Order: sequence, then structure tokens, then C-alpha cells
Amino acid sequence: MLNQLWLVPTLPLLGFLILALCGSRWSRGLVATVGCGSIGLSALVATAAGFDLLTTNSENASFTQHLWNWFEVGGLSLSIGLHLDALSLLMILVVTWVAFFIHIYASEYMAKEGYSRFFAYLNLFVCAMLVLVLADNLLMLLLGWEGVGLCSYLLIGFWYSDPANGAAARKAFVVTRVGDTALMVGILLLFKHLGTLDIGQILSTANAQWQPGSTIAITAAALLLGGAVGKSSQLPLQTWLPDAMAGPTPVSALVHAATMVTAGVYLIARMHGIFLLAPVVMGVVAVLGATTMLVAGCSALVQSDLKRVLAYSTISQIGYMFLALGVGAWTAAMFHFMTHAFFKALLFLGAGAVIHSLNDQKDMFKMGGLRKKLPAVFWTFLIGSASLAALPLVTSGFYSKELILWSAWASPHGHPTLWAAGIVGAFITALYTTRAVILTFFGKVKTEVSHQPGARMVLPLCILAALSTVAGLLQTPHSLGHLHAFSDLLETALPVTHLNGSSSVEITLQAVAVAIVLAGVALAYWLYQKAPHLPERIASGWGKPIRKAWLAGWGFDWIYDQLLVKPIVAVAQLNRRDIIDLFYTGLASFARLLNFLLSASQTGRMRWYAAGISAGTIFIFLIVYFT
Amino acid sequence: MSAVPINHVLILAAILFSVGLTGVLARRNIIFMLVSVEVMLNAAGLAFVAAGARWQQADGQVMFLFILTMASAEVAVGLALILHLHWRRLSLDSDTLNKMKG
Repeated sequence: MLNQLWLVPTLPLLGFLILALCGSRWSRGLVATVGCGSIGLSALVATAAGFDLLTTNSENASFTQHLWNWFEVGGLSLSIGLHLDALSLLMILVVTWVAFFIHIYASEYMAKEGYSRFFAYLNLFVCAMLVLVLADNLLMLLLGWEGVGLCSYLLIGFWYSDPANGAAARKAFVVTRVGDTALMVGILLLFKHLGTLDIGQILSTANAQWQPGSTIAITAAALLLGGAVGKSSQLPLQTWLPDAMAGPTPVSALVHAATMVTAGVYLIARMHGIFLLAPVVMGVVAVLGATTMLVAGCSALVQSDLKRVLAYSTISQIGYMFLALGVGAWTAAMFHFMTHAFFKALLFLGAGAVIHSLNDQKDMFKMGGLRKKLPAVFWTFLIGSASLAALPLVTSGFYSKELILWSAWASPHGHPTLWAAGIVGAFITALYTTRAVILTFFGKVKTEVSHQPGARMVLPLCILAALSTVAGLLQTPHSLGHLHAFSDLLETALPVTHLNGSSSVEITLQAVAVAIVLAGVALAYWLYQKAPHLPERIASGWGKPIRKAWLAGWGFDWIYDQLLVKPIVAVAQLNRRDIIDLFYTGLASFARLLNFLLSASQTGRMRWYAAGISAGTIFIFLIVYFT
Repeated sequence: MSAVPINHVLILAAILFSVGLTGVLARRNIIFMLVSVEVMLNAAGLAFVAAGARWQQADGQVMFLFILTMASAEVAVGLALILHLHWRRLSLDSDTLNKMKG
């Protein structure tokens, strides 16, 4: 099936075209069949291709499919080509399968108008995402990169009749564009110095030509990091993701949790050669990741909107992935990407089911007691939350987070401070996750459930819950059996991380992490279940300013408003009449003045015309006579 | 038979032309304007005939025949237009027929 690799992004594109052209005239069933079917087929092809890739040559498993030449100009020949190795295989498998489950969920969830439009956008998004991860050159990667940005914009503003949704969509587009610009400059810089856009060639040439720590390597890596930071919603460009929750919940699950926001992680992992040449930027990646993780985690602690809690938690978990990338633990980052895709998609879909059943009630403080009313949603949401909070042994999040924490300590790029930040992050994660579960599913019933989710919504929840549980067994620490299927697979595409630390230290650190997580869960249980008046007293007492700052995402929006948005709006206000256009509008009004003068001479009186002709004739005679 | 000097004929033609032009400019009745135009045409024709006689060429008389033909055609079309205007506007005052101003 390897030669049919091109079908993987083409099938969703086909689905998009069909739905865009004739979806609006079709019944819901047909639209859902085409929408889900294209993704399902693509997932099957991707799985078969992956199976072939791993069985044919297991040593250096990679496969490049050259489709055709895009263009040739000035010695640059760009191909449309797909590159499949362990890294992109992992990405396409996660993207297609998670997207398939979310499509099935959405086929029941989306009830209002725009059914075929929704599936068309979603199919286009999956196509762009697959182009992004399968691209064998940077320009094609950029094509997919911008494609997912466009689809993200379209899907956040899906219910465009509400101006707030349009504003959220614009914000997401503009803020990520800041990062995209950095990425484009970075790509041009790489092309200028290395003369090629092919990713494999760039990595090998850069490794041969550039000194580690040279200015050019640092500049290139920093520009690529700029793109990754924008797309993955990390500091300082993290402000768009919480607002992006204005979109439908399946979109939040697919675009803003499982796939698109991790494109930055993929980019850094894919361009790891450049980053290894710039140790300073690696350090920046780790510190940015750790800071984002803590900042976003604190914001998640005080939100009342269930989807915003999950949004801040997504930012925080991607911070973990950046931390892992920054310490050179490429495999750990991709492992956390995979488990996070499963459990965060599960949590978003669960939250969507809750919000759907309560007639679009998003405020957690108006939920409660749903444990008995929505048992299927409760149990799957609980599994997802346990995975997010990294409860030991039974969840996949535990294994991926352990790997990151251990790498942050033991990797040559690591540092105990980074480990400590990760531990604090784990505590906060456990705290806000348990808070969300208790507020939503325990306590008194505050809003009645209007209807139960159907089979097409519950089934994806169950599958994702199963994946969130068993996916961790692909890679376990030394102390727990040391299964290493995942790292064996990925280390065919990514460099091996050498962790140096004794197993006794590892076990001690694990014990600390487990204790911290359990303490977080216990504290949240005590605060929100046993003594619910205590958080309220803190929030209205000494914690009021802190709560206000955290609720507003540490005031980043306010700062950007003051520094950037307001000056630009002021200049735009000044230039309302368009100063440059004055010259052209002046030309137009001068022509209109002449027209007014000439049209005044057209009186419509025939005798005046005759007199005019006579006067003109006499005038010409006089000229002839006197010259 | 002594020939009339060409100067006299041309002066007569100029006077006739001026009378016609004055008629076109001064009269408001559209029929009189048409008649004045005929006078101007004939003044031009007279000048042609005089010139033809002066140089002993047939061209002058040929041109006059052309002018006669054109004048008859003009009168036919002009009178038809005037008739139509009269029916539509119940007026022959050219100053009130100023609907085509800019």
C-alpha cells in the first residue's frame, strides 16, 4: 500500500470537494457518510501504508513518494512529494484515526444548520493537516501549515452570525500569523544559505556546513521556533487558544486539542537537526514550555467555563511537549503528543456531550450531579481526566508524563529546575482536572439533563477512553517493565536521547511525581467536595486579585491590547479618509467640476447653438483673415 | 446683354445669407427658422451660380442643382419633424423645446 500513500491526503480533499459542490442539496445521512467515509478510508490507507513501511525495511524505515514537479525556477526545483517515516507515520495515524472518531461524533453532535458546510471544512482541515505532516519539503509543509490555519479560522467562526465568534476567529488567525511570518522568514533563510527546501537535505547540509552554536543556526532555529510558538499557542502567543473555544466542540477536540496545535511540536521534532545546532534555542524551547505550562495551568485553575479549562490545559500540556523537545527528548515529546491527542480529544468530546445535554450550558458552576444522569459520559470523562492528571499505572498520560519528567532531569540538556517546574505543573494539572470533574459530575444537580447522547456520540468516547488507557503501554519506564516499542519505532526517524541517571534516582523521582499527583487530587477533592465554601472564601478574600489575573490569562490580552491593538486602531481611525487616496479622489472631483461647467453650456435651446456655430465660424474667418 | 458684375451678385448673396442667419437666430417659430435656413441655402446657391458664370464653368450650376435637391429633402424631413413636434408639444416655439439640455 506504500505506493498508494498519496491517497491519504487526497481522500479527505475529495470529500471536501464533493461536500462543497453538492453537499448542501443532500440529506444529512449522505453528507455524514461522505464526510466520515473519506476520513475512514484515509485512516485505513494510512494504517496499511504504515504496516507495509514497518514490515518491508525495519532498519531505516522511510519512504518518499515523488508525485510530480511543482515548479522549476532559477535552479530551484520543487517537487510535490510525500515523505513517510516513523515520525510522520505516527502523526498521520493519530490524525486520521482521531479525526475519524471525531467525525462520527460530530455527525450526531452537529444539529443546527450548516451540516454539510461543517463536514466540508473538517475534511479540508484533515487534508491540510496530512499535507503538513507528509510534506517532504518546507514549502509544502508551509502549504499545509497555512491550510490548517485557514480551516481553524473557518471553524472557529463557524457560527458566524454571532459577532463574538467572528472576533475569536480573527484573533486566532492574526495571532498565529505573527508566528507564521517568522516561520516563512526562517524557511527563506534556510533556502538562502543551504540552497534547498528538501527537509532531509536541509538537515544533512546544515549538519555538515554549520558550526554548533553559530549565529546562522541560532537565527534559523529561533525563527522556526517563532512559527511553532504561534501555532502551538505557547508564550507569548498563547492568547488565541482560549478564545478559539467559540467554535463547535468537535472542532475544539480535533483542531484545538489533538492535531493542529501540536503542529509546532511536529515542526520542531521534524527540524530537530537545526535545533541541535543551536543549543541556546533548545534552552529557550524548554524554558518557554515550562513557563507556558505553569502560566496556563494557573489560569485553568480558576476558569468557570468547562471548555476554557480544557483549552488552558491544552496550552499547558503542549508546554510539557515543548519542555521535552527543549531537553532533546524527541521521543518523549511525540509520546506525549500521542497520548494527549487521545485523552484531550476524549475530554473535549465528553465536555461537548455534557454541554449538549444541558442545552449549551458551559458554566461548570451551573452543572453538577451528572454522574448518575450521564453515566457513559461520566466514566469516559473520568478516564480522560485520570490520564490528564497522570494517575499512576492505569493511564497513558502517566507514562508519557513520566518520560518527560525523567528526561528533563536526566537528559544532557536537562536541568533539575525544569524537572521541578514539571512537577509543579503536574500538581496544578491534577488540581484543576479534579476540580473540573467534581464540579461537573458530583454534588447537587443544578441543571436538568434534556436529552441523552446517542450511540454515535458515546461510541467514539469509549474508543478514545480505551486508547487513553492502553496507549501508555507502548513505552514504560525502567522500573515498570521497560517496554520500549514506541521509542524503538521513533528512533528510526529521530535522534536517540541518552539519559544518564541511575535507576534508584529514577524510582525516587517517580515516587515524588506520583505523590505530588495524588496530593493534587486529594487537595482538589477536599477543597471542592468536602469544604466547598473554602475556595469561595479564598476567591473573595485575599485571593481576589490573583483570581482576577488568572481568570484573564495573566492579562496578556490586556497588554497586547494596550501595546498593539489600540495604537493600530488609532492610526486606522486617523486614516479613515485614506490620505494616499486623496490625490486620486482629487483627480475625480476635478474631472467632475469640468463636466459641470461644460454641461451648463448645453442649454437645449437650438437658437443658441446656431448662434454658437455662427460665432465660431466668424472667429475662424477672422483668424484666417488676419494671419 | 451686359453681364452683371460678379461683385454685385456676391454682395446680394451675402445680404441674403445674413438675412437668413438673422432669421434663424431671431425667430422663435420653428417654421420661420426652417424658411430662413432655405434663404441661407439659396444665398449659397446664388454664389455658386455667379462663380460658374464668372469662370464659364458648368460646376456652379451643378452645385446649385445639388443644393436644390438637398433643400427639398431637408424640407420634407424638417416639415415632418415639425408636424410631429406640433402634435406632441402643441407648440412651435423653439425655446420651449429645450428638453435636451445637459
